[in-house]
Amino acid sequence: MGDIFTTIYNFLLSLLIGLGADQVVADAIITFLAAAVLATCVLLILIFNIWLERKVLGRIQDRIGPNRVGPYGIFQTVADLTKLLTKEIIIPSGADLVPFFLAPILMVASVILVWAVIPFTGKTIGTDVNIGVLYFVAVSSLGIMAVLLAGWSSNNKYALLGAFRAVAMLVSYEVPMILMLLVPVLLSGSMRMGEIAAAQSIWYVFSMPLAAFIFLIAMTAEIGRSPFDLLEAESEIVAGYQTEYSGFAFAMFYAAEWAHAFTMCALVATLFLGGWRGPGAEQYPTLGFIYLAIKIYVVYFFSIWSRGTLPRIRIDHVMSFCWKFLIPLALILIVLTTLVDKIAQILLINRFPNYLSMATPADMLPRAGILLAVNLVVGLVAIGWIALVGRRERRHQTAAEHPASVEAGMATR
Amino acid sequence: MVITPVTIAFFIMAAFTLGGSLGVVTNRNLFHAALYLILALFGAAGLFVLLEAPFLAAVQVLIYVGAISVLIAITIMVTRRIMGVESANRQWPLSALVGLLLAATLGFVIMDRFAGKFPVAGVPDDSLTRLGMALVSYEGMEAYLVPFEVASVLLLAAMIGAIVVARK
Amino acid sequence: MIPLHWYLLVAAGMFALGVYGVLARRNMVAIIMSIELMLNAVNINLVAFWRYMAPENLNGQAFAIFVFTVAAAEAAVGLALIISIYRARETVVAKEIDMLKW
Repeated sequence: MGDIFTTIYNFLLSLLIGLGADQVVADAIITFLAAAVLATCVLLILIFNIWLERKVLGRIQDRIGPNRVGPYGIFQTVADLTKLLTKEIIIPSGADLVPFFLAPILMVASVILVWAVIPFTGKTIGTDVNIGVLYFVAVSSLGIMAVLLAGWSSNNKYALLGAFRAVAMLVSYEVPMILMLLVPVLLSGSMRMGEIAAAQSIWYVFSMPLAAFIFLIAMTAEIGRSPFDLLEAESEIVAGYQTEYSGFAFAMFYAAEWAHAFTMCALVATLFLGGWRGPGAEQYPTLGFIYLAIKIYVVYFFSIWSRGTLPRIRIDHVMSFCWKFLIPLALILIVLTTLVDKIAQILLINRFPNYLSMATPADMLPRAGILLAVNLVVGLVAIGWIALVGRRERRHQTAAEHPASVEAGMATR
Repeated sequence: MVITPVTIAFFIMAAFTLGGSLGVVTNRNLFHAALYLILALFGAAGLFVLLEAPFLAAVQVLIYVGAISVLIAITIMVTRRIMGVESANRQWPLSALVGLLLAATLGFVIMDRFAGKFPVAGVPDDSLTRLGMALVSYEGMEAYLVPFEVASVLLLAAMIGAIVVARK
Repeated sequence: MIPLHWYLLVAAGMFALGVYGVLARRNMVAIIMSIELMLNAVNINLVAFWRYMAPENLNGQAFAIFVFTVAAAEAAVGLALIISIYRARETVVAKEIDMLKW
């Protein structure tokens, strides 16, 4: 039972060979076509995503959201896009032209390129390179360069300031994100995205919930969403590195931002929520595509939710949260889980001969349970510790402001 | 010579690499030179892909484009007040001569010894796994545990050193 | 298929350009960039020889990884030194940094 994409591929291949093309050339043409279609689809789906996000955000904030253009305002994005496209691109005086226009292109490219390694169904994946996870990390580092280029070339101090801030934050949050990317790689024993998705008979979010949560936080910072929306922070540094962009160049940053959010959600869905896996997805691969879409939108909804409800954190808090809390926690988690996993493997291999097998949920259960226990312990200790530190800090603050009230508080307690 | 998609890709990547390198050493605007550096390193990553070493290609993009280039760009921004535009020093004709002679010698040796060689075998499927194992194993043909640890210590020392040197 | 000497020629050209850059540029950042070019040329050579001469054992790739490590360490320390010198002497021109202590 082939899936829909394989069918299309075979049809096109036979068509091109029928037209007299060489096997190699035909493959190259189809690859280019597929890449173009994939990139276009990712950008087109943004029109829906932006509408969805504004609608959900509106509901969260007790508004209606866009409702003028088309039924339920669904064509609002099209109208906005048309407006942006017809506007003039204003080039600031003294701007460095080549980097100025290179930055938005790089930004979009760094996001779109990630889709090459996301498995849509069990068989359909742009290219199942054996270094899929590393490829994602490498490609997304291009985005940081784009931010720096935009900030520098605009010849504007707010832009440069915003770019420095953004680079510092993005580089910092890349560390916990990469550490947590290691978790699916360690568990599945492969860097292939396809294999990672296929190995999740039990989704990794169930065996490693803390890892998934840390990844989610780091991801929120990477895509610059509230509570980590300091990249733009429109009320503080105008709009950060994209201050001087207008018209189509701005539209590209705008699109890249939304596409980045969507892409990261797809990544979470693939790495921690089992990707295309679901009941019946192995027999009917096309079903896997639908499962993946549902999972992506669940994560996406979570992302909108956090954006709509959490206030912005101060920049020094953002940095110290990353370096003093997230990274040590991630390191401890990885070291402890690998250690416990190895010990458990030695101890339990006689009772559960399939300890390392990932074929069925029953095989995976003992390992998942042990990992879950480690995660819960580490998570609870971390929460307790952070509560302790927070309480002590608050007491210091109150002591500094009103020395008397602490004494009184101590007395009543 | 047969033109195939692979040779076209090679020519594009080689052009990126050499053109970018030329830009790095000749461009008078330092920030543009850094951009050319990224282009050159990207071209080299493409060459790694063509050489069937995708792991190295990804590491190249990650380390060079993602880390070193960002470092260089930030250094240029921090020190730009005095060196926005710079020219070459007085010994540049001599340097060009040295460079040309070196290129000519290397080119001669390469054409003499390695012209027209083709791969003796395909890359084994498990090469990535074996590479990972090689870096942490301490016996056998491919044992790089000690160099790997030394490299880790080197990186740690460089990190601490950079922080100590650069802080006020 | 591409013959080996094409890769080697590209790497040789890159290396020679790097040598020219190290000798001819005045700015220390530019010199570091040229050194990175040279290290990269070496890497291309290592990987090309690995692929064409001995693809069945991975020593070439392992060596390339160590070159990466050294390049990263070199860039970090070198740029930190440049920033430190810039703070003290207000210059990044290699010729003007002629005191052993500052």
